[in-house]
Amino acid sequence: MSQATLTANTTTPASGESVIQVRDLTVAYNESPVLWDVDLDIEPGKATAIVGPNGAGKSTLLKAILGLVPIAAGATRVYGAHLDTVRNRVAYIPQRGTVDWDFPTNALDVVTMGRYGRIGWFRRPGKADRSIAEECLAKVGMSDFAKRQISQLSGGQQQRVFLARALAQEADLYLMDEPFVGVDAVTERAIVQLLHEVRDAGNTVVAVHHDLESVTDYFDNVVLLNVRLIESGPVSKVFTEENLRRTYHGQSNPIAADGTTAAPRSGSELAPVRGVLR
Amino acid sequence: MSAPTIIMITGALVGASCGLVGAYLVLRRLALMGDAISHSVLLGIVLVFAVTGSRAPLPMAIGAGAVGLLTVALVAWIQRTGLVKEDAAIGLVFPFLFAIGVFMISRFPTTVHIDVDAVLFGEIAHVPLYRLELFGRDVGVQAFWTLGTMLAVNLVFVGFLYKELKLSTFDAGFAAAVGMSPVLLHYLLMGAVSATTVVAFDAVGAVLVVAMLVVPAATAQLLTRNLPVLLALSMALGASSAVIGYYLARAIDGSVAGAMATTLGLMFLAAYLLSPSQGLVAMLARRKRQRQNFLRELLIAHVAAKPGGVDITSLDRDFGWARATTARAIRDARSQQRLHLNDEGVLTASQGT
Amino acid sequence: MALDFLGLDITWDATLRNVILGSMILGLTSGVLGTFAVLRRQSLIGDALAHAALPGICIMFIVTGTRSSELLLLGGALSGLVGTAVLLAVTRWSTVKQETALGIVLSVFFGFGILLLTRIQHSGDSAQSGLDRFIFGQAATILPRDVLVMSIVATVAIGVVVLLFKEFKLVTFDPAFAASIGMRPDLLGAILAGLLVLAVMIGLQTVGVILMVSLLIAPAVAARQWTTSLSGMVLLSGAFGMAAGVAGSVTSSLVDRLPTGPMIVIAASIIVIFSLLIAPRRGILSTWRVRRIRARQFRAELALTDHHGVTRS
Repeated sequence: MSQATLTANTTTPASGESVIQVRDLTVAYNESPVLWDVDLDIEPGKATAIVGPNGAGKSTLLKAILGLVPIAAGATRVYGAHLDTVRNRVAYIPQRGTVDWDFPTNALDVVTMGRYGRIGWFRRPGKADRSIAEECLAKVGMSDFAKRQISQLSGGQQQRVFLARALAQEADLYLMDEPFVGVDAVTERAIVQLLHEVRDAGNTVVAVHHDLESVTDYFDNVVLLNVRLIESGPVSKVFTEENLRRTYHGQSNPIAADGTTAAPRSGSELAPVRGVLR
Repeated sequence: MSAPTIIMITGALVGASCGLVGAYLVLRRLALMGDAISHSVLLGIVLVFAVTGSRAPLPMAIGAGAVGLLTVALVAWIQRTGLVKEDAAIGLVFPFLFAIGVFMISRFPTTVHIDVDAVLFGEIAHVPLYRLELFGRDVGVQAFWTLGTMLAVNLVFVGFLYKELKLSTFDAGFAAAVGMSPVLLHYLLMGAVSATTVVAFDAVGAVLVVAMLVVPAATAQLLTRNLPVLLALSMALGASSAVIGYYLARAIDGSVAGAMATTLGLMFLAAYLLSPSQGLVAMLARRKRQRQNFLRELLIAHVAAKPGGVDITSLDRDFGWARATTARAIRDARSQQRLHLNDEGVLTASQGT
Repeated sequence: MALDFLGLDITWDATLRNVILGSMILGLTSGVLGTFAVLRRQSLIGDALAHAALPGICIMFIVTGTRSSELLLLGGALSGLVGTAVLLAVTRWSTVKQETALGIVLSVFFGFGILLLTRIQHSGDSAQSGLDRFIFGQAATILPRDVLVMSIVATVAIGVVVLLFKEFKLVTFDPAFAASIGMRPDLLGAILAGLLVLAVMIGLQTVGVILMVSLLIAPAVAARQWTTSLSGMVLLSGAFGMAAGVAGSVTSSLVDRLPTGPMIVIAASIIVIFSLLIAPRRGILSTWRVRRIRARQFRAELALTDHHGVTRS
């Protein structure tokens, strides 16, 4: 991929202030908890992985931060503010399942859609938008496929296009949901390299990640999630066998069959960070 | 037998037949295919009439039924090309066939003197007038014979192939794996639907046939999950809508077919709202209870995790709940003795929670 | 005024002009909005909408006694919206599946409409004659005022599509991403549904309740075979719709005893059959040809291997 310069992030929060703050977050589908009383801080300028078993609420956590699912209790803050005021600084790459693959559109067109958040209502993408889109497509090495229908692209190529779309948003924070699923090894390496470039330019990357083997290589921090927060922090400290065992074998549903709550294993498991929410 | 009774029995026979095969349509999520068949069958009726010059029920059932099957096959073929989505394929085929039918009726009025209105809305009021003659003897109302036979055929069909239909409806892959042919069953079922549709046309017209195929079964589905009960209920609802519909038509002085469809709609509405298991009222009550439980548990867990307890005034801010919601959750938890509120307004969890 | 067109005598009068204009507007609008309906897998909601319009038309007549098409169609639009609301309520708050709910709304509303219509007819109100023109369409009853109303409604509908084009495009293609940048897929979906109601109301007088759905689907499906961009699909679909409208209305006026509605549908169906068959690369004929060529190549390759599976040079 080309070494074009990425927008350097000049608006990082003051050191110590997290880019995402999650407090007492509980999300439920049909009164069945998916996220339970989660307190979390995401460190700016780092690549953070969110890992946990199936149904642990990892995707839901991203969606709750983005305001895409209703919240039963608690709150989230991005860049210290309500999300709606900072949407332009956040790029989201959802799982590929909800996309209409038969839609009449080509790769360049998809990347251009990443500019829609900056173009107001009723207006059309302009020349500048199109050239940014072309640049981003080049950054992910897909320039030759600009006019190709997305239905004709492989899984890895599609993911590159969606990454290019995220880049076109010119955001500071990248939220990605399982970006490496269904992607070939070459593409995976290329995407990781690009993510590290993004991070090195001062931006923040958060990714729901499905492959435990690559966490230490790809990410700086990790969040271990299984409906409750198990642990979060630097990979070197937190990504241990013991913690992984607690994540993958602990009880995931806080509400037992008889409707009562099981006590958490120990008080230290839920380590609330008492920040001040503005 | 008086004319009203004949009309009601005719309607009931239609309701029972359609309710029976319609149940499988609904279970297999093919309600719209039923709609498509009942429209394109017009073309079949037109073609058979053009060829035979008569509207005798048997050639009609076979010929027009064949067009119904043709519709199904065409839709399947179009979907297989991968160029068109499922619902769009249906919407391409049946209007085309229906339009050709109307075209022929308009263009060749002497060869094809079919009244389109009659095909659409039926002439159930005239049913008592048509009597069947076998070997020169009047054996009764024609509609009774045709509809009765159709009902008998459907009952035999469902009876003989009961477990095959059941398995292929709920698990087509498994059915194929054990040697049944889901495709064959599918076309047999569609054939039954087509034939039923054609036979019912004379009496109630295309409009009501669709309603009879879909609505009783959908209503029954809201009331039971047991297949035999569903089939029986679907037939009963279809039949009773004929009786009620007739009186409604008399009261309003409108079309009997329209009244029957309206009655079916009201029955569905009643089930949708009031079904004890799946009705809206029951569901809302259930949701409310579950939500209360959930919020209470959440509150208790949150409090239990803080060793010093939680100041009650900070709860609203932390959770972001409405005042009343928080108050109720606290009340629930305290009434169960799982949370205590001391004099300083701090909530603590009971021991052993 | 008589025209000599291809050796045929056309009486170019006001009626013919209105019919052709009305059919063109219908074809254009339903082509444009049908594109989104088809892409969103909601083609048959247009069918339910059209059928659900009938009771509204009748109730409007009962209440106001009017014969004016735009008032009657307003009633139709309202009951169409009610039908959509019922559809949503049933799908969301019960276990009934969407296909079944569509079938229920379609048949029950239409049946209720027939009940009302026959009641009106039996009541002997002479003003009601012609209410049934909305079932099969009766293009000959289109007045210049109707054409004007159609044009205004069409302009509004297409105008909204142009203004919100990129929004509609994104929420259809990737609703999760659209929501993340602050768009509101539900709201935009509701707007599209409203526009669909407008498109259906334009068409009811020409093609009628039963055949309306064809105009929402056929031009869009045909257009999809020829283009790879959304804007291309919308434009082409509108063009195909207009062509079908003109072709259908002209042929039905040339040949006697040919009803306009069915002829427009037949024209649209011919266009889509043609497109499905011969479109380049996607079309059935060309994929068939490609498959045959590949099969021949494969056989040739096979012939080059000897019995032990070794490829001879």
